[in-house]
Amino acid sequence: MTIQELELKIKEIELEASQVDKDTKDAEQKKLEILSKIRTMEKEVYKNLTPWDKVYLARHPLRPNSIFYIHELFNNFVEFCGDRYFADDKAITGGIANFKGIPVTILAQTKGKTLEDNLSRNFGMPNPEGYRKTLRLAKQAEKFGRPIITFIDTPGAYPGMGAEERGQAEAIARNLMEFMELEVPIIAIVIGEGGSGGALALTVSDHIIMLENSIYSILSPEGFASILWKDAAKASEAAALMKLTAQDLYNFKIIDTIIKEPVGGIHKLTDYVMDQISIVLSTQLDIFAKMKKSTLLQNRYKKFRDLGKDFV
Amino acid sequence: MNNFFKDKKAMIDSFRKTSAIVSNNNIPEGLYEKCPKCSINILKEDIVEHSFVCNSCGHHFRLRAKERLNLIIDEGTFKEYHASKKSKNPLEMPGYSKKLEINRQNAEINEAVVTGIGKIEGYSYAIAIMDSYFLMGSMGSVVGEKITSITELATKRKLPLIIFSASGGARMQEGILSLMQMVKTSAAIGNHSKSKLLFISVITNPTTGGVSASFSMLGDIIISEPGTLIGFAGPRVIEQTIGQKLPEGFQRAEFLKEKGFLDMIVHRKDMKSTVAMISRLHELEQKI
Ligand SMILES: [Zn+2]
Repeated sequence: MTIQELELKIKEIELEASQVDKDTKDAEQKKLEILSKIRTMEKEVYKNLTPWDKVYLARHPLRPNSIFYIHELFNNFVEFCGDRYFADDKAITGGIANFKGIPVTILAQTKGKTLEDNLSRNFGMPNPEGYRKTLRLAKQAEKFGRPIITFIDTPGAYPGMGAEERGQAEAIARNLMEFMELEVPIIAIVIGEGGSGGALALTVSDHIIMLENSIYSILSPEGFASILWKDAAKASEAAALMKLTAQDLYNFKIIDTIIKEPVGGIHKLTDYVMDQISIVLSTQLDIFAKMKKSTLLQNRYKKFRDLGKDFV
Repeated sequence: MNNFFKDKKAMIDSFRKTSAIVSNNNIPEGLYEKCPKCSINILKEDIVEHSFVCNSCGHHFRLRAKERLNLIIDEGTFKEYHASKKSKNPLEMPGYSKKLEINRQNAEINEAVVTGIGKIEGYSYAIAIMDSYFLMGSMGSVVGEKITSITELATKRKLPLIIFSASGGARMQEGILSLMQMVKTSAAIGNHSKSKLLFISVITNPTTGGVSASFSMLGDIIISEPGTLIGFAGPRVIEQTIGQKLPEGFQRAEFLKEKGFLDMIVHRKDMKSTVAMISRLHELEQKI
Protein backbone atom coordinates (compact mmCIF):
# COMPACT_ATOMS: atom_id res chain seq x y z
CA MET A 1 0.00 0.00 0.00
CA THR A 2 1.35 3.48 -0.85
CA ILE A 3 0.87 6.40 1.55
CA GLN A 4 -1.65 7.85 -0.84
CA GLU A 5 -3.72 4.68 -0.68
CA LEU A 6 -3.33 4.61 3.09
CA GLU A 7 -4.63 8.15 3.44
CA LEU A 8 -7.70 7.29 1.36
CA LYS A 9 -8.27 4.12 3.36
CA ILE A 10 -8.07 6.04 6.65
CA LYS A 11 -10.61 8.55 5.41
CA GLU A 12 -12.92 5.67 4.54
CA ILE A 13 -12.55 4.10 7.97
CA GLU A 14 -13.05 7.43 9.71
CA LEU A 15 -16.23 7.97 7.75
CA GLU A 16 -17.37 4.52 8.79
CA ALA A 17 -16.54 5.36 12.40
CA SER A 18 -18.51 8.58 12.31
CA GLN A 19 -21.58 6.58 11.41
CA VAL A 20 -21.39 4.41 14.53
CA ASP A 21 -24.38 5.21 16.71
CA LYS A 22 -22.98 6.96 19.78
CA ASP A 23 -25.73 5.63 22.03
CA THR A 24 -25.11 1.96 21.49
CA LYS A 25 -23.42 0.36 24.46
CA ASP A 26 -20.24 -0.77 22.70
CA ALA A 27 -19.67 2.52 20.81
CA GLU A 28 -16.53 3.34 22.78
CA GLN A 29 -15.18 -0.11 22.25
CA LYS A 30 -15.81 0.08 18.50
CA LYS A 31 -14.09 3.42 18.24
CA LEU A 32 -10.98 2.08 19.94
CA GLU A 33 -10.93 -0.89 17.61
CA ILE A 34 -11.08 1.37 14.58
CA LEU A 35 -8.32 3.61 15.92
CA SER A 36 -6.05 0.68 16.56
CA LYS A 37 -6.80 -0.65 13.10
CA ILE A 38 -5.60 2.67 11.66
CA ARG A 39 -2.44 2.69 13.80
CA THR A 40 -1.55 -0.84 12.68
CA MET A 41 -1.99 0.08 9.04
CA GLU A 42 0.06 3.25 9.45
CA LYS A 43 2.88 1.39 11.14
CA GLU A 44 2.93 -1.19 8.40
CA VAL A 45 3.06 1.39 5.61
CA TYR A 46 5.54 3.77 7.24
CA LYS A 47 7.87 0.97 8.24
CA ASN A 48 9.01 0.49 4.67
CA LEU A 49 8.55 3.66 2.69
CA THR A 50 9.32 3.30 -1.00
CA PRO A 51 11.10 6.13 -2.84
CA TRP A 52 7.78 6.99 -4.45
CA ASP A 53 6.20 7.32 -0.98
CA LYS A 54 8.95 9.78 -0.13
CA VAL A 55 8.25 11.76 -3.28
CA TYR A 56 4.66 11.97 -2.10
CA LEU A 57 5.67 13.07 1.41
CA ALA A 58 8.22 15.57 0.07
CA ARG A 59 5.40 17.27 -1.84
CA HIS A 60 2.71 16.75 0.80
CA PRO A 61 0.34 19.74 1.06
CA LEU A 62 0.67 19.69 4.86
CA ARG A 63 4.47 19.70 4.74
CA PRO A 64 5.70 23.04 6.11
CA ASN A 65 7.25 25.47 3.63
CA SER A 66 10.49 27.37 4.26
CA ILE A 67 8.69 30.31 5.89
CA PHE A 68 7.71 28.00 8.73
CA TYR A 69 11.33 26.96 9.28
CA ILE A 70 12.52 30.56 9.20
CA HIS A 71 10.14 31.47 12.00
CA GLU A 72 10.79 28.33 14.04
CA LEU A 73 14.58 28.33 13.85
CA PHE A 74 15.49 32.03 13.86
CA ASN A 75 14.61 35.27 15.61
CA ASN A 76 14.06 38.76 14.22
CA PHE A 77 13.87 37.77 10.57
CA VAL A 78 14.08 40.79 8.27
CA GLU A 79 13.24 40.10 4.64
CA PHE A 80 15.25 41.69 1.81
CA CYS A 81 13.95 41.79 -1.75
CA GLY A 82 14.98 42.11 -5.35
CA ASP A 83 17.88 41.38 -7.64
CA ARG A 84 18.50 45.10 -8.46
CA TYR A 85 18.24 44.33 -12.19
CA PHE A 86 14.77 43.16 -13.01
CA ALA A 87 12.37 42.12 -10.26
CA ASP A 88 11.78 40.48 -6.92
CA ASP A 89 11.24 36.74 -7.24
CA LYS A 90 9.00 35.45 -4.45
CA ALA A 91 9.94 31.84 -5.22
CA ILE A 92 13.02 32.63 -3.14
CA THR A 93 12.79 34.35 0.23
CA GLY A 94 15.91 36.18 1.38
CA GLY A 95 16.93 38.13 4.42
CA ILE A 96 18.83 38.20 7.68
CA ALA A 97 17.97 36.86 11.11
CA ASN A 98 19.41 35.84 14.40
CA PHE A 99 20.38 32.25 15.13
CA LYS A 100 21.21 31.78 18.82
CA GLY A 101 22.93 35.15 18.94
CA ILE A 102 24.64 34.89 15.54
CA PRO A 103 23.44 37.03 12.62
CA VAL A 104 22.95 34.85 9.55
CA THR A 105 21.76 35.33 5.99
CA ILE A 106 18.83 33.17 4.94
CA LEU A 107 18.13 32.17 1.34
CA ALA A 108 15.06 29.99 1.04
CA GLN A 109 13.15 28.55 -1.86
CA THR A 110 9.50 28.98 -0.94
CA LYS A 111 6.44 27.14 -2.15
CA GLY A 112 3.06 28.69 -1.38
CA LYS A 113 0.62 27.33 1.17
CA THR A 114 -2.54 28.45 -0.64
CA LEU A 115 -3.36 28.76 -4.32
CA GLU A 116 -3.02 32.53 -4.15
CA ASP A 117 0.27 32.25 -2.28
CA ASN A 118 1.48 29.69 -4.80
CA LEU A 119 0.59 31.88 -7.75
CA SER A 120 2.66 34.73 -6.34
CA ARG A 121 5.53 32.34 -5.56
CA ASN A 122 5.28 30.54 -8.91
CA PHE A 123 4.88 27.22 -7.04
CA GLY A 124 8.43 27.59 -5.78
CA MET A 125 9.97 27.62 -9.25
CA PRO A 126 12.52 30.46 -9.42
CA ASN A 127 13.19 32.69 -12.40
CA PRO A 128 16.68 34.11 -13.12
CA GLU A 129 15.96 37.14 -10.91
CA GLY A 130 15.52 34.72 -7.99
CA TYR A 131 19.00 33.31 -8.48
CA ARG A 132 20.42 36.81 -8.94
CA LYS A 133 18.75 37.96 -5.71
CA THR A 134 20.30 34.92 -4.04
CA LEU A 135 23.75 35.85 -5.30
CA ARG A 136 23.34 39.50 -4.30
CA LEU A 137 22.39 38.58 -0.75
CA ALA A 138 25.12 35.93 -0.57
CA LYS A 139 27.74 38.54 -1.54
CA GLN A 140 26.26 40.82 1.08
CA ALA A 141 26.61 38.04 3.64
CA GLU A 142 30.26 37.69 2.66
CA LYS A 143 30.82 41.44 3.03
CA PHE A 144 29.45 41.43 6.57
CA GLY A 145 30.93 38.06 7.53
CA ARG A 146 27.59 36.36 8.08
CA PRO A 147 27.16 32.59 7.63
CA ILE A 148 24.57 31.62 5.03
CA ILE A 149 21.77 29.13 5.61
CA THR A 150 19.83 28.00 2.53
CA PHE A 151 16.58 26.06 2.31
CA ILE A 152 15.87 23.95 -0.75
CA ASP A 153 12.31 23.20 -1.81
CA THR A 154 11.55 23.50 -5.51
CA PRO A 155 10.24 21.36 -8.35
CA GLY A 156 12.94 23.07 -10.44
CA ALA A 157 13.92 26.34 -12.06
CA TYR A 158 11.01 27.70 -14.06
CA PRO A 159 11.02 26.59 -17.71
CA GLY A 160 9.26 29.65 -19.16
CA MET A 161 9.90 32.03 -22.02
CA GLY A 162 10.81 34.96 -19.78
CA ALA A 163 13.19 32.79 -17.80
CA GLU A 164 15.03 31.87 -21.00
CA GLU A 165 15.10 35.45 -22.26
CA ARG A 166 16.62 36.64 -19.02
CA GLY A 167 19.23 33.89 -18.88
CA GLN A 168 18.12 31.14 -16.54
CA ALA A 169 21.18 29.09 -17.52
CA GLU A 170 23.60 31.95 -16.91
CA ALA A 171 22.03 32.82 -13.56
CA ILE A 172 22.34 29.25 -12.28
CA ALA A 173 25.85 28.77 -13.67
CA ARG A 174 27.07 31.97 -12.00
CA ASN A 175 25.66 30.89 -8.64
CA LEU A 176 27.47 27.55 -8.85
CA MET A 177 30.80 29.25 -9.48
CA GLU A 178 30.37 32.16 -7.08
CA PHE A 179 29.02 30.14 -4.15
CA MET A 180 32.08 27.95 -4.40
CA GLU A 181 34.22 31.01 -3.67
CA LEU A 182 32.22 32.75 -0.91
CA GLU A 183 34.42 33.28 2.11
CA VAL A 184 31.72 32.56 4.68
CA PRO A 185 30.32 29.21 5.84
CA ILE A 186 27.28 27.94 3.94
CA ILE A 187 24.87 25.32 5.21
CA ALA A 188 22.12 23.96 2.94
CA ILE A 189 18.97 22.21 4.15
CA VAL A 190 16.82 20.21 1.73
CA ILE A 191 13.36 20.35 3.31
CA GLY A 192 11.09 19.05 0.56
CA GLU A 193 11.69 18.77 -3.13
CA GLY A 194 15.19 19.30 -4.48
CA GLY A 195 14.53 19.49 -8.19
CA SER A 196 17.40 19.60 -10.68
CA GLY A 197 19.68 22.56 -11.43
CA GLY A 198 17.13 24.86 -9.88
CA ALA A 199 17.78 23.25 -6.49
CA LEU A 200 21.50 22.80 -7.11
CA ALA A 201 22.01 26.56 -7.40
CA LEU A 202 21.27 26.94 -3.67
CA THR A 203 23.02 23.79 -2.54
CA VAL A 204 26.69 24.61 -3.10
CA SER A 205 27.74 24.64 0.55
CA ASP A 206 30.00 23.29 3.28
CA HIS A 207 27.41 21.04 4.87
CA ILE A 208 24.23 19.65 3.33
CA ILE A 209 21.40 18.54 5.57
CA MET A 210 18.47 16.55 4.23
CA LEU A 211 15.21 15.72 5.92
CA GLU A 212 14.49 12.01 5.93
CA ASN A 213 11.49 12.30 3.64
CA SER A 214 12.79 14.97 1.31
CA ILE A 215 14.10 14.18 -2.15
CA TYR A 216 16.89 15.57 -4.29
CA SER A 217 17.23 14.57 -7.91
CA ILE A 218 18.41 15.42 -11.40
CA LEU A 219 14.81 15.86 -12.52
CA SER A 220 11.31 15.09 -11.26
CA PRO A 221 10.44 11.39 -11.49
CA GLU A 222 7.71 12.38 -13.96
CA GLY A 223 10.19 14.20 -16.18
CA PHE A 224 12.67 11.36 -15.86
CA ALA A 225 10.05 8.79 -16.92
CA SER A 226 8.92 10.87 -19.87
CA ILE A 227 12.49 11.36 -21.11
CA LEU A 228 13.63 7.77 -20.70
CA TRP A 229 10.41 5.93 -21.44
CA LYS A 230 8.24 8.61 -23.07
CA ASP A 231 5.68 7.95 -20.35
CA ALA A 232 5.27 10.29 -17.36
CA ALA A 233 2.86 7.82 -15.76
CA LYS A 234 5.81 5.57 -14.95
CA ALA A 235 7.02 8.10 -12.35
CA SER A 236 6.85 5.65 -9.46
CA GLU A 237 9.10 3.23 -11.34
CA ALA A 238 11.45 6.09 -12.15
CA ALA A 239 11.58 7.12 -8.49
CA ALA A 240 12.62 3.60 -7.55
CA LEU A 241 15.60 3.76 -9.94
CA MET A 242 16.72 7.36 -9.53
CA LYS A 243 18.35 7.15 -6.09
CA LEU A 244 16.70 10.32 -4.87
CA THR A 245 16.19 9.63 -1.15
CA ALA A 246 18.23 11.13 1.66
CA GLN A 247 19.79 7.74 2.35
CA ASP A 248 20.82 7.31 -1.31
CA LEU A 249 22.45 10.73 -1.35
CA TYR A 250 24.18 10.07 1.94
CA ASN A 251 25.62 6.85 0.49
CA PHE A 252 26.99 8.83 -2.47
CA LYS A 253 28.54 11.32 0.04
CA ILE A 254 26.57 14.14 -1.58
CA ILE A 255 24.87 15.09 1.69
CA ASP A 256 26.28 15.13 5.20
CA THR A 257 23.40 14.78 7.66
CA ILE A 258 19.99 13.12 7.59
CA ILE A 259 17.35 14.56 9.92
CA LYS A 260 14.85 11.99 11.24
CA GLU A 261 11.18 12.72 10.74
CA PRO A 262 8.34 11.40 12.92
CA VAL A 263 6.19 8.55 11.61
CA GLY A 264 3.95 10.04 8.94
CA GLY A 265 6.23 12.93 8.07
CA ILE A 266 7.39 16.20 9.62
CA HIS A 267 3.91 17.75 9.67
CA LYS A 268 2.87 15.25 12.38
CA LEU A 269 5.40 16.62 14.89
CA THR A 270 7.40 19.62 13.72
CA ASP A 271 9.20 20.36 17.02
CA TYR A 272 10.97 17.02 16.86
CA VAL A 273 12.50 18.00 13.52
CA MET A 274 13.27 21.64 14.38
CA ASP A 275 15.20 20.61 17.49
CA GLN A 276 17.42 18.30 15.48
CA ILE A 277 18.08 20.91 12.77
CA SER A 278 18.88 23.49 15.41
CA ILE A 279 21.47 21.23 16.99
CA VAL A 280 23.15 20.44 13.67
CA LEU A 281 23.22 24.13 12.74
CA SER A 282 24.81 25.06 16.08
CA THR A 283 27.40 22.33 15.84
CA GLN A 284 28.37 23.06 12.27
CA LEU A 285 28.43 26.85 12.65
CA ASP A 286 30.69 26.35 15.63
CA ILE A 287 33.06 24.13 13.66
CA PHE A 288 33.15 26.50 10.69
CA ALA A 289 33.65 29.56 12.88
CA LYS A 290 36.91 28.06 14.15
CA MET A 291 38.08 27.08 10.69
CA LYS A 292 40.53 29.13 8.62
CA LYS A 293 38.87 30.62 5.53
CA SER A 294 41.35 28.90 3.25
CA THR A 295 40.61 25.52 4.83
CA LEU A 296 36.89 26.11 4.54
CA LEU A 297 37.21 26.85 0.81
CA GLN A 298 39.61 23.97 0.18
CA ASN A 299 37.25 21.55 1.89
CA ARG A 300 34.30 22.88 -0.08
CA TYR A 301 36.18 22.43 -3.35
CA LYS A 302 37.30 18.95 -2.45
CA LYS A 303 33.84 17.86 -1.39
CA PHE A 304 32.37 18.63 -4.82
CA ARG A 305 35.54 17.76 -6.74
CA ASP A 306 35.36 14.19 -5.52
CA LEU A 307 31.74 13.56 -6.46
CA GLY A 308 31.48 10.94 -9.16
CA LYS A 309 35.17 10.10 -8.90
CA ASP A 310 34.39 6.52 -7.98
CA PHE A 311 32.62 6.03 -11.27
CA VAL A 312 35.19 7.09 -13.85
CA MET B 1 49.80 13.18 -31.26
CA ASN B 2 47.66 12.93 -34.29
CA ASN B 3 45.33 14.26 -36.76
CA PHE B 4 42.09 12.48 -36.37
CA PHE B 5 41.69 11.45 -39.97
CA LYS B 6 44.26 9.94 -42.32
CA ASP B 7 43.30 12.20 -45.21
CA LYS B 8 40.39 14.13 -46.64
CA LYS B 9 38.85 10.98 -48.10
CA ALA B 10 38.72 9.40 -44.66
CA MET B 11 36.98 12.49 -43.34
CA ILE B 12 34.34 12.47 -46.07
CA ASP B 13 33.69 8.75 -45.57
CA SER B 14 33.41 9.32 -41.86
CA PHE B 15 30.93 12.18 -42.29
CA ARG B 16 28.62 9.95 -44.27
CA LYS B 17 28.78 7.39 -41.52
CA THR B 18 27.97 9.97 -38.88
CA SER B 19 24.83 11.21 -40.53
CA ALA B 20 23.61 7.66 -40.98
CA ILE B 21 23.95 7.07 -37.25
CA VAL B 22 22.37 10.28 -36.25
CA SER B 23 19.47 11.12 -38.44
CA ASN B 24 18.39 7.57 -39.19
CA ASN B 25 17.00 9.06 -42.36
CA ASN B 26 16.36 6.94 -45.37
CA ILE B 27 18.75 8.62 -47.71
CA PRO B 28 20.76 5.84 -49.28
CA GLU B 29 24.41 6.00 -48.38
CA GLY B 30 26.04 7.80 -51.18
CA LEU B 31 27.81 10.87 -52.26
CA TYR B 32 25.08 13.29 -51.25
CA GLU B 33 23.70 14.58 -47.99
CA LYS B 34 20.43 16.42 -47.60
CA CYS B 35 20.67 19.75 -45.75
CA PRO B 36 18.19 19.63 -42.86
CA LYS B 37 17.46 23.34 -43.25
CA CYS B 38 17.07 24.00 -46.99
CA SER B 39 16.53 20.37 -48.05
CA ILE B 40 18.99 20.63 -50.93
CA ASN B 41 21.11 17.58 -51.68
CA ILE B 42 24.74 18.54 -51.41
CA LEU B 43 27.85 16.65 -52.33
CA LYS B 44 29.38 15.42 -49.08
CA GLU B 45 32.74 16.42 -50.37
CA ASP B 46 31.47 19.99 -50.69
CA ILE B 47 30.12 19.97 -47.15
CA VAL B 48 33.45 18.85 -45.74
CA GLU B 49 35.25 21.32 -48.01
CA HIS B 50 33.10 24.17 -46.65
CA SER B 51 33.88 23.50 -42.97
CA PHE B 52 30.76 21.34 -42.68
CA VAL B 53 28.49 24.23 -43.63
CA CYS B 54 25.77 24.10 -46.29
CA ASN B 55 27.01 26.33 -49.09
CA SER B 56 23.47 27.01 -50.18
CA CYS B 57 21.82 28.24 -46.95
CA GLY B 58 24.67 28.45 -44.45
CA HIS B 59 23.34 25.70 -42.18
CA HIS B 60 26.07 24.56 -39.81
CA PHE B 61 26.00 20.77 -39.64
CA ARG B 62 26.44 19.21 -36.24
CA LEU B 63 30.00 18.10 -35.76
CA ARG B 64 31.59 15.21 -34.03
CA ALA B 65 34.42 16.02 -31.66
CA LYS B 66 36.95 14.61 -34.13
CA GLU B 67 35.67 16.77 -36.95
CA ARG B 68 35.77 19.86 -34.77
CA LEU B 69 39.31 19.05 -33.70
CA ASN B 70 40.36 18.81 -37.29
CA LEU B 71 38.89 22.20 -38.08
CA ILE B 72 40.27 24.09 -35.11
CA ILE B 73 43.55 22.53 -33.98
CA ASP B 74 46.87 22.91 -35.79
CA GLU B 75 47.79 19.69 -37.51
CA GLY B 76 49.80 17.28 -35.41
CA THR B 77 49.71 19.38 -32.24
CA PHE B 78 46.94 17.71 -30.26
CA LYS B 79 47.78 15.57 -27.30
CA GLU B 80 44.72 13.87 -25.92
CA TYR B 81 44.25 13.30 -22.17
CA HIS B 82 42.09 10.74 -20.36
CA ALA B 83 40.97 9.17 -23.66
CA SER B 84 40.41 5.80 -22.07
CA LYS B 85 38.10 6.94 -19.26
CA LYS B 86 34.82 5.06 -19.52
CA SER B 87 31.56 5.56 -17.65
CA LYS B 88 30.40 3.03 -15.13
CA ASN B 89 26.81 2.55 -14.13
CA PRO B 90 26.63 4.13 -10.65
CA LEU B 91 22.85 3.91 -10.31
CA GLU B 92 22.73 0.43 -11.84
CA MET B 93 20.26 1.80 -14.34
CA PRO B 94 18.88 -0.99 -16.53
CA GLY B 95 20.10 -0.79 -20.10
CA TYR B 96 22.64 1.97 -19.49
CA SER B 97 25.78 -0.16 -19.79
CA LYS B 98 24.56 -1.57 -23.08
CA LYS B 99 23.73 1.90 -24.35
CA LEU B 100 27.22 3.10 -23.48
CA GLU B 101 28.74 0.18 -25.34
CA ILE B 102 26.70 0.90 -28.49
CA ASN B 103 27.58 4.58 -28.35
CA ARG B 104 31.25 3.82 -27.91
CA GLN B 105 31.13 1.72 -31.06
CA ASN B 106 29.07 4.12 -33.15
CA ALA B 107 30.74 7.35 -32.13
CA GLU B 108 34.18 5.73 -32.03
CA ILE B 109 35.09 7.53 -28.80
CA ASN B 110 34.79 6.43 -25.20
CA GLU B 111 32.79 9.35 -23.89
CA ALA B 112 30.94 12.51 -24.92
CA VAL B 113 33.96 14.79 -24.60
CA VAL B 114 37.49 14.79 -25.97
CA THR B 115 40.04 16.72 -23.90
CA GLY B 116 43.66 17.57 -24.36
CA ILE B 117 46.25 20.20 -25.12
CA GLY B 118 46.91 21.52 -28.59
CA LYS B 119 47.67 24.61 -30.63
CA ILE B 120 45.37 27.01 -32.43
CA GLU B 121 47.41 29.02 -34.95
CA GLY B 122 50.38 28.44 -32.72
CA TYR B 123 48.70 29.41 -29.45
CA SER B 124 48.71 26.62 -26.87
CA TYR B 125 45.31 25.84 -25.39
CA ALA B 126 43.81 23.35 -23.00
CA ILE B 127 40.88 22.07 -25.04
CA ALA B 128 37.63 20.24 -24.44
CA ILE B 129 35.32 19.36 -27.32
CA MET B 130 31.99 17.75 -26.64
CA ASP B 131 30.43 15.26 -29.01
CA SER B 132 26.67 15.43 -29.33
CA TYR B 133 26.64 12.11 -31.16
CA PHE B 134 27.60 10.30 -27.97
CA LEU B 135 24.42 10.00 -25.87
CA MET B 136 23.41 13.52 -26.97
CA GLY B 137 26.62 14.88 -25.49
CA SER B 138 25.14 14.45 -22.05
CA MET B 139 27.34 15.08 -19.00
CA GLY B 140 27.79 12.22 -16.58
CA SER B 141 30.63 11.55 -14.14
CA VAL B 142 33.26 10.95 -16.84
CA VAL B 143 32.43 14.06 -18.86
CA GLY B 144 32.46 16.12 -15.65
CA GLU B 145 35.73 14.57 -14.54
CA LYS B 146 37.45 15.09 -17.90
CA ILE B 147 36.39 18.73 -18.18
CA THR B 148 37.38 19.39 -14.57
CA SER B 149 40.76 17.67 -15.03
CA ILE B 150 41.68 19.54 -18.19
CA THR B 151 40.63 22.82 -16.56
CA GLU B 152 42.75 22.06 -13.51
CA LEU B 153 45.67 21.19 -15.77
CA ALA B 154 45.20 24.50 -17.58
CA THR B 155 45.32 26.33 -14.24
CA LYS B 156 48.43 24.44 -13.20
CA ARG B 157 50.26 25.06 -16.47
CA LYS B 158 48.92 28.60 -16.84
CA LEU B 159 47.25 27.79 -20.15
CA PRO B 160 44.20 29.42 -21.67
CA LEU B 161 41.18 27.16 -21.95
CA ILE B 162 38.72 26.68 -24.79
CA ILE B 163 35.65 24.49 -24.50
CA PHE B 164 33.32 23.64 -27.39
CA SER B 165 30.10 22.55 -25.76
CA ALA B 166 27.38 20.50 -27.43
CA SER B 167 25.11 18.74 -25.01
CA GLY B 168 21.55 17.88 -24.09
CA GLY B 169 22.51 18.53 -20.44
CA ALA B 170 23.18 16.40 -17.41
CA ARG B 171 23.03 12.66 -18.14
CA MET B 172 19.80 11.17 -16.85
CA GLN B 173 21.18 7.66 -16.39
CA GLU B 174 23.68 8.83 -13.76
CA GLY B 175 21.06 10.80 -11.89
CA ILE B 176 22.14 13.10 -9.09
CA LEU B 177 25.83 12.40 -9.76
CA SER B 178 25.45 14.04 -13.17
CA LEU B 179 23.92 17.08 -11.51
CA MET B 180 26.97 17.35 -9.25
CA GLN B 181 29.25 17.58 -12.29
CA MET B 182 27.78 21.03 -12.91
CA VAL B 183 29.22 22.24 -9.60
CA LYS B 184 32.51 20.45 -10.06
CA THR B 185 33.20 21.88 -13.53
CA SER B 186 32.05 25.39 -12.55
CA ALA B 187 34.30 25.31 -9.50
CA ALA B 188 37.31 24.38 -11.62
CA ILE B 189 36.48 27.21 -14.03
CA GLY B 190 36.33 29.57 -11.03
CA ASN B 191 39.87 28.62 -9.99
CA HIS B 192 41.14 28.99 -13.54
CA SER B 193 39.57 32.44 -13.69
CA LYS B 194 41.07 33.52 -10.35
CA SER B 195 44.49 32.75 -11.83
CA LYS B 196 43.69 35.41 -14.44
CA LEU B 197 43.72 32.92 -17.28
CA LEU B 198 41.57 33.20 -20.40
CA PHE B 199 38.57 30.93 -20.90
CA ILE B 200 36.80 31.01 -24.26
CA SER B 201 33.50 29.16 -24.28
CA VAL B 202 32.23 28.21 -27.73
CA ILE B 203 28.63 27.06 -27.47
CA THR B 204 27.67 24.84 -30.38
CA ASN B 205 24.47 23.22 -31.54
CA PRO B 206 22.71 22.13 -29.39
CA THR B 207 23.62 23.11 -25.83
CA THR B 208 20.91 22.94 -23.18
CA GLY B 209 20.24 21.96 -19.58
CA GLY B 210 23.06 21.28 -17.16
CA VAL B 211 25.84 22.18 -19.57
CA SER B 212 24.35 25.54 -20.49
CA ALA B 213 23.72 26.12 -16.77
CA SER B 214 27.34 25.50 -15.79
CA PHE B 215 30.76 25.94 -17.43
CA SER B 216 29.53 26.92 -20.90
CA MET B 217 27.95 30.15 -19.60
CA LEU B 218 31.04 31.08 -17.58
CA GLY B 219 33.44 32.03 -20.35
CA ASP B 220 35.32 35.32 -20.28
CA ILE B 221 34.27 35.35 -23.90
CA ILE B 222 31.26 33.39 -25.10
CA ILE B 223 31.05 32.60 -28.80
CA SER B 224 28.49 30.66 -30.77
CA GLU B 225 27.81 29.61 -34.36
CA PRO B 226 24.82 30.72 -36.45
CA GLY B 227 21.53 29.03 -35.62
CA THR B 228 22.80 27.26 -32.49
CA LEU B 229 20.15 26.15 -30.02
CA ILE B 230 21.07 27.36 -26.53
CA GLY B 231 18.80 27.19 -23.51
CA PHE B 232 18.24 26.01 -19.98
CA ALA B 233 14.97 24.21 -20.63
CA GLY B 234 14.49 22.41 -23.92
CA PRO B 235 11.98 23.95 -26.36
CA ARG B 236 9.49 21.09 -25.91
CA VAL B 237 9.47 21.44 -22.13
CA ILE B 238 8.79 25.16 -22.43
CA GLU B 239 5.99 24.59 -24.94
CA GLN B 240 4.39 22.07 -22.61
CA THR B 241 4.70 24.47 -19.67
CA ILE B 242 3.24 27.53 -21.35
CA GLY B 243 0.84 25.63 -23.59
CA GLN B 244 1.81 27.37 -26.81
CA LYS B 245 4.30 27.12 -29.62
CA LEU B 246 7.54 29.06 -29.34
CA PRO B 247 8.22 31.80 -31.87
CA GLU B 248 10.67 31.20 -34.71
CA GLY B 249 14.26 31.72 -33.64
CA PHE B 250 13.57 31.46 -29.90
CA GLN B 251 16.64 30.14 -28.02
CA ARG B 252 18.80 30.42 -31.14
CA ALA B 253 22.24 32.03 -30.96
CA GLU B 254 21.00 35.21 -32.68
CA PHE B 255 18.30 35.56 -30.03
CA LEU B 256 20.73 35.02 -27.16
CA LYS B 257 23.12 37.58 -28.55
CA GLU B 258 20.30 40.11 -28.82
CA LYS B 259 19.37 39.39 -25.18
CA GLY B 260 22.96 39.93 -24.08
CA PHE B 261 24.19 36.43 -23.35
CA LEU B 262 26.73 35.99 -26.17
CA ASP B 263 29.70 38.09 -27.17
CA MET B 264 29.67 37.06 -30.78
CA ILE B 265 28.36 34.69 -33.40
CA VAL B 266 31.08 33.41 -35.66
CA HIS B 267 30.79 31.48 -38.92
CA ARG B 268 32.55 28.17 -38.62
CA LYS B 269 35.05 28.97 -41.35
CA ASP B 270 36.18 32.02 -39.33
CA MET B 271 36.29 30.32 -35.93
CA LYS B 272 39.98 29.50 -35.92
CA SER B 273 41.12 32.93 -37.06
CA THR B 274 38.77 34.58 -34.55
CA VAL B 275 40.21 32.56 -31.67
CA ALA B 276 43.70 33.42 -32.92
CA MET B 277 42.86 37.14 -33.00
CA ILE B 278 41.48 37.03 -29.46
CA SER B 279 44.60 35.14 -28.35
CA ARG B 280 46.81 37.79 -29.95
CA LEU B 281 44.91 40.58 -28.18
CA HIS B 282 45.37 38.75 -24.88
CA GLU B 283 49.10 38.75 -25.62
CA LEU B 284 49.33 34.98 -25.39
CA GLU B 285 52.52 33.35 -26.48
CA GLN B 286 52.53 32.17 -30.09
CA LYS B 287 54.85 29.35 -31.21
CA ILE B 288 54.29 28.00 -34.66
ZN1 LIG C 1 21.14 24.25 -46.59
